[in-house]
Amino acid sequence: MSLIYPHDGLKAHPLNASPAYTSTLKRAPSQPLILLPHTLSEISGPAFGHRAVQAGDSDLTLQHGGEPLGERIIVTGRVLDEDGRPVPHTLVEIWQANAAGRYVHLRDQHPAPLDPNFTGAGRAMTDAEGRYRFVTIKPGAYPWRNHHNAWRPAHIHFSLFGSSFLSRVITQMYFPGDPLFAYDPIFQSIPDAKARERLISRFDIDTTEPEWALGYQFDIVLRGRDATPLEEPHDD
Amino acid sequence: MTEHKAALGLTPSQTVGPFYAYALTPRAYGGSELANERIATDGVPGERITIRGHVLDGDGEPVPDAMIEVWQADADGRHNAGGNAGFTGFGRAETSPEGFFHFETVRPGAVEGPDGTKQAPHLAVSVFARGLLLRLVTRIYFSDDPANASDAVLALVPHERRETLIAQRGPDGVFHFDIRLQGEGETVFFDV
Repeated sequence: MSLIYPHDGLKAHPLNASPAYTSTLKRAPSQPLILLPHTLSEISGPAFGHRAVQAGDSDLTLQHGGEPLGERIIVTGRVLDEDGRPVPHTLVEIWQANAAGRYVHLRDQHPAPLDPNFTGAGRAMTDAEGRYRFVTIKPGAYPWRNHHNAWRPAHIHFSLFGSSFLSRVITQMYFPGDPLFAYDPIFQSIPDAKARERLISRFDIDTTEPEWALGYQFDIVLRGRDATPLEEPHDD
Repeated sequence: MTEHKAALGLTPSQTVGPFYAYALTPRAYGGSELANERIATDGVPGERITIRGHVLDGDGEPVPDAMIEVWQADADGRHNAGGNAGFTGFGRAETSPEGFFHFETVRPGAVEGPDGTKQAPHLAVSVFARGLLLRLVTRIYFSDDPANASDAVLALVPHERRETLIAQRGPDGVFHFDIRLQGEGETVFFDV
């Protein structure tokens, strides 16, 4: 039995046993994980046709009757595999708080205003080069109850599938220079500082559109390699 | 297979958090669902099955904000069977305030396994939740399937924990599968 996808890169991930993030205390497994060989069940994965994404899903500022409040931004980047190859036609789902740091979610109790013109959920498919693009509003920081005076740095949640069950990941994109990084146990749960920095988007003047919106680049690297290499073409 | 050094570092995982529902399982918000608990529509060939369970934490308390995703082969053991209208093989469900989830699907067929063997029918499962920084991966096998006895993956699991991967068929025909994140009867989770 073999591991078809490289395993080494997984050390970029946080450990579920990260006690500074108190919600992990009763939820992180206490038994060691069992190494699973990569079978067809793992190296295959769901494929979502373009039907999964409707026009307007990638512009979160156009989903209601009026314009949402806040700083309009463009978030774009490429989805790549560990070998640097683009992951084309893969689904990207995002969700976020509004400019005031409030989620539409029914259980969000933060006393900051909802914005009738902003839901904060979007979807996009990557193109043939693995590129995606969203237009949205810069989310606000918000308080949570993990510890005294706990605040989450501004972030956008990203959910990706990639080419297989193995490449599935949910993560969060942050913004450069956020003063809350040092105090956030979720961001700090990633042990390697270089890996942590990969979650921080990069301000990009070339992505920025004059008199319209600031631009941020966020590339995402998914698990895996080409699991089904194409045979080299040959002449008989 | 020898591991090769990857050129790029992986994007690290972060928790799904408590507020994903309006984007990922948005039925209550009127949003369009990418997938839900109904994995197979009525016309899909195969034995109809229902799987029900609860997600529980280390105190045995329900986890009301978990998201369960499953990935499975069709009744013939084929993944991504594009010819199967009404069946993608992918399901997604949010747990209820009581930690409850369920899936309606067809029983998967045996899938090719290591070294030309067949694996016992199973579903691949991802568990996401507030408090989980990285998804947990497990499998659902079926209690009434004799192929479990020779399954190569089940054989990797210590005998006394194997039952945590097997959905038990009740007298009503429904399969029951609880996911215990921690502690007594902790579900087996895999390093993939």
